[in-house]
Amino acid sequence: MPETILRASHLGITFGGLKAVHNFEIDIKEGELVGLIGPNGAGKTTVFNLFTGVYKPTEGTFYLGKQLMNGKKTHEIVAAGIARTFQNIRLFKKMTVMENVLIAFTKDIRYGLPGSILRTAAFWKEEADIRDKAMDLLSVFNLQDKADWNAGNLPYGQQRKLEIARALATNAKMLLLDEPAAGMNPTETAELLACINTIRRKFNISILLIEHDMSLVMNICERIVVIDYGEIIAQGLPEEISHDPKVIAAYLGE
Amino acid sequence: MNQKKERLRKLWVSLLGVCVLGLAVYAADSLGWIDNYIRGIFIQCCFAIIMVTSLNLVMGYLGQIALGHAGFMAVGAYTSALVTKAIGLGIKAGAILPMSNVMQFFIGLLCGAVAAALFGLVVGIPALRLRGDYLAIITLGFGEIIRVIIQNLAFAGGKGLANGQAGQALVGILKMNDIYVIFGVTAVCVAIMLAFVRSKFGRAIIAIREDDIASSSAGLNITFYKVLTFTVSAFFAGIAGAIYAHRGLGTLQHSDFTFLKSTEYVIMVVLGGMGSMTGSVVAAIILSVIPEALRAFSQYRMLIYSVILVLMMIFRPIGLFGNYEFSLYELLRGKLTGKPPRSGRSAAKGGA
Repeated sequence: MPETILRASHLGITFGGLKAVHNFEIDIKEGELVGLIGPNGAGKTTVFNLFTGVYKPTEGTFYLGKQLMNGKKTHEIVAAGIARTFQNIRLFKKMTVMENVLIAFTKDIRYGLPGSILRTAAFWKEEADIRDKAMDLLSVFNLQDKADWNAGNLPYGQQRKLEIARALATNAKMLLLDEPAAGMNPTETAELLACINTIRRKFNISILLIEHDMSLVMNICERIVVIDYGEIIAQGLPEEISHDPKVIAAYLGE
Repeated sequence: MNQKKERLRKLWVSLLGVCVLGLAVYAADSLGWIDNYIRGIFIQCCFAIIMVTSLNLVMGYLGQIALGHAGFMAVGAYTSALVTKAIGLGIKAGAILPMSNVMQFFIGLLCGAVAAALFGLVVGIPALRLRGDYLAIITLGFGEIIRVIIQNLAFAGGKGLANGQAGQALVGILKMNDIYVIFGVTAVCVAIMLAFVRSKFGRAIIAIREDDIASSSAGLNITFYKVLTFTVSAFFAGIAGAIYAHRGLGTLQHSDFTFLKSTEYVIMVVLGGMGSMTGSVVAAIILSVIPEALRAFSQYRMLIYSVILVLMMIFRPIGLFGNYEFSLYELLRGKLTGKPPRSGRSAAKGGA
């Protein structure tokens, strides 16, 4: 029985009188890939914002492993092991591809102000080490030749990949991908699919994925959770979901 | 190891660059070119360089507009002046062992810098919750608050508001206008700030400037890095203030640190290029020397500044240097080996 990585119970948030997410339950095991789908405005990204501390839940709890994560700040949650990507790519556009990944290592760097001002041996060693680590990670995504490029100059598909690389560099146990295939052509989507499969094998990481591209969702997700109006309306295996009358009703209208 | 060799070589070239500049000053000095007037301008350039580079940390690298930098300079100036005065009195009274002027100056300088950093910390924690225009306004407010408080402190030469504008100056401050000492302090300050920018700290604050939401999602504690940068920046403003206080006139007035002073440094940062230390140094020198060279038009100075700024915004919004950094090492490497210079951003820079 694999361990539970992310568990939420009765999780919800209210904006004024609007219950954006209500009674959200999920249980993601180690190495599992779960899809989160739903019509526009259903509250998918809000769920991500709850899991990453952008919003503080007004009801319920969520745990990473056995650690209660409610009310923690974003950087504390990242340090605990939840990393994410964004629906509209958020890279540090004027920084190099390499630097984008290095930023994610910052929290692990031990040298402080004195070390960086005096340029101690420990400083150079740590800098060299994280550069090596970043390079290894970039080569997983086939970006090693573009390490010196400005991130903003990468083609769209590679920007998505770089964002995933940066999230992985935080040494996360749980990866939240917000519409990774948005705006991609079929070739790029296929490439992304292969890429997600590779990182699952390589890093043994659990993934929660928001996606509108059904071919991608049905292809790689082991389990799917469907939400509408902030509440879970169905969950199960991909083939079950695709025949669920409630899901069809939510997407197409009754 | 090859990299190690290159690092050492870069260090030596940088030191060499500083020494050459120092020797140039020495040569000018021994040729009798440096009279008291030139000395004054030289010192003015030096503290302007420290002010502008330190303000650039907040404005260029962190990307936050701060309009109260003169306030921190005032804290550094007054603290250091009071400390050196106290030391002077102590020595006269025999309570403290005699020490050289330079030593006294350095103790004052350090106290001034630490005091300014503390103020930076105290102001930064609440102020940095805001950003953009709001941060600009609140830092402006804090800068003026610091100045007005000083104006009302009896021990800082202020006589209180009831006494009007009369006699509000701290007098009898130690004179420390040795250009070599000031030059050395400036070079060390710029080197430390460069090292700060080229470490995880610099990377982190640039990332925060680029996208704060993404930075926190990459695990950065944004508040920590913002407040740290603000504090470091205030620390160096304190050093600049200490140099200013001891520049040789022996007096300090609160009116030296008005909002206009802060604006002047903001203009220098923008002119040099936000995010370029080279730009800051060059702009500080240019805008310190030009008003002296154009003494006859001095009443039009702010007008000229504004025109420069407007033209800059139209024709070169990134500033003179953008984020380019001059590197003596890369320049020499290019000239000697014929290899093309690498991008200015990752290269090391030689001296002040």
